[in-house]
Amino acid sequence: MLSSTDSTRWLPAFARRRTGPGTVALAPSAVDGLRRAAGAVWLPALVVALWQLLCALGVFPAVAMPSPVQVARAFGELIQTGALFRHVGVSLLRVLAGGGAAAVAGIGLGIAIGLSARLERTTDLILEVLRPIPPIAWIPMAILWFGIGELSKLYIIFLGAFFPILLNVVSGIRQTENRFVEVARVLEVSRGRFIRHVVVPGALPSIMSALRLGLGIAWICVVAAELIAASSGVGYLIMDARQLSQPDVVLAGMITIGVVGRAMDLLLRRLERRVVSWKVIYAGE
Amino acid sequence: MPGSEPFDVAFEGVSKSFTAAGRSFAVLEDLSLEIRAGEFLSIVGASGCGKSTLLRMIAGLEVPDRGRVRLGSQPVSGPGRDRGIVFQEPRLFPWFTVEQNVAFALEGDPAHASRTEVQAQLELVGLTPFRGAYPHQLSGGMAQRVAIARALVSRPRILLLDEPFGALDALTRIQLQHEILRIQLAERTTMVLVTHDIDEAIFLGDRVAVMAKDPGRFQSITPVNLPRPRSRSSYEFVRIRKSIYAQFFAEEEEPFAFSI
Repeated sequence: MLSSTDSTRWLPAFARRRTGPGTVALAPSAVDGLRRAAGAVWLPALVVALWQLLCALGVFPAVAMPSPVQVARAFGELIQTGALFRHVGVSLLRVLAGGGAAAVAGIGLGIAIGLSARLERTTDLILEVLRPIPPIAWIPMAILWFGIGELSKLYIIFLGAFFPILLNVVSGIRQTENRFVEVARVLEVSRGRFIRHVVVPGALPSIMSALRLGLGIAWICVVAAELIAASSGVGYLIMDARQLSQPDVVLAGMITIGVVGRAMDLLLRRLERRVVSWKVIYAGE
Repeated sequence: MPGSEPFDVAFEGVSKSFTAAGRSFAVLEDLSLEIRAGEFLSIVGASGCGKSTLLRMIAGLEVPDRGRVRLGSQPVSGPGRDRGIVFQEPRLFPWFTVEQNVAFALEGDPAHASRTEVQAQLELVGLTPFRGAYPHQLSGGMAQRVAIARALVSRPRILLLDEPFGALDALTRIQLQHEILRIQLAERTTMVLVTHDIDEAIFLGDRVAVMAKDPGRFQSITPVNLPRPRSRSSYEFVRIRKSIYAQFFAEEEEPFAFSI
């Protein structure tokens, strides 16, 4: 960490000279914020610049790799017509429905299995055999069972999100510390209070990361489900553009998937920090 | 059932062994002792002598292999709120505030912690200004005070202290010893303190039991007939300390002497 006194060191020399003693410079926190933003942005900016340069030099054939400017133009069109928001909205709704159902089922069953060794023995074989099957492998069966409508997509999303959520919740419950169990025993806490006030809060950090992981995978699965049979959604947008030979739209769709996924994760991270505010989280050096 | 009436505790021929690395170790062997109602008993001993096991048996967290532990006329059949325990680490729930941690010892929702018993207990340990703080915001001494308040709020008939100040700095330790003394005078709760600090044992105890190890047994029980608060440098205090130290050195140096 640099101390606040050399917080202008990253500025070019001409700018630095003007922030001598007695002059009003940017507040240290604003400078810090700017510097942090610059630290996060310079590498992506460099990659995009390089990409544009390689396209301009004709290293990539234009049909296979559109330039960033072309992709930006495709974005502009998708935004102007409102198609982008419509497709993202449809996909998000699917994630919320399928991922939400997986969260409810995964957390509920996870807590039950975490608390009961017997239930774990009973369900272990089924769950452990179903778990390695990728959601994409379920697509043929999903279409047979639910048709090509909304339900088959929700089923794929549900499957993708359910197992990671379940496993993380179980392991969170199982990490309940014995020293806390002893305190609860000495205080003769009822089973209900024990679960509600000791086990579940202790597992909450795991439950929150389970949700983040699960919804991240749900977002990946929605796109996969929409690639197969759909008339709307970001996955459909990409597939449709491929058939129309619009690689710039394909890339715009892909970037959208990445950006929305990142935004969802940020949102959940913020929620996580609020829910487990009592925990001092290691943020790296 | 919890109640304000203190009771006697008795160990009657208690033995306990543990298995580690495939071998069985006798931790306690044929141990008998009576703790009088309202008494403050200190137990000192080297680590591994089974003194914590003794305390955990009163708490109902361990069961003797042979013999029994009796509370009043009833044998211990498990943990209960008539016995409070303070562990070496505070063991506060990090997701509860100070007052919720204390309220957790009472029936009902700890979220509604504004109950008078909780506030009175926090007052007693001097933590009223920190009642809304979370454990990670407290110092070690403050956290241990919360643990004491939590153990006392359900009005146990006996308070078990398992090296409660062992992890604290010397100044905080002395401060908390005074607080425990004040609480004991105010509440007349039976207290059993396990410690490896001989000064602490004499400063607080009506009697000091010295334990020897392999297997754990009582080596001596010394009454401390000094008015409280005790001066750690008074003649009588120093005399008792010397006699207890001498027992430890006898115990520790015997094998050494034999080996010469």
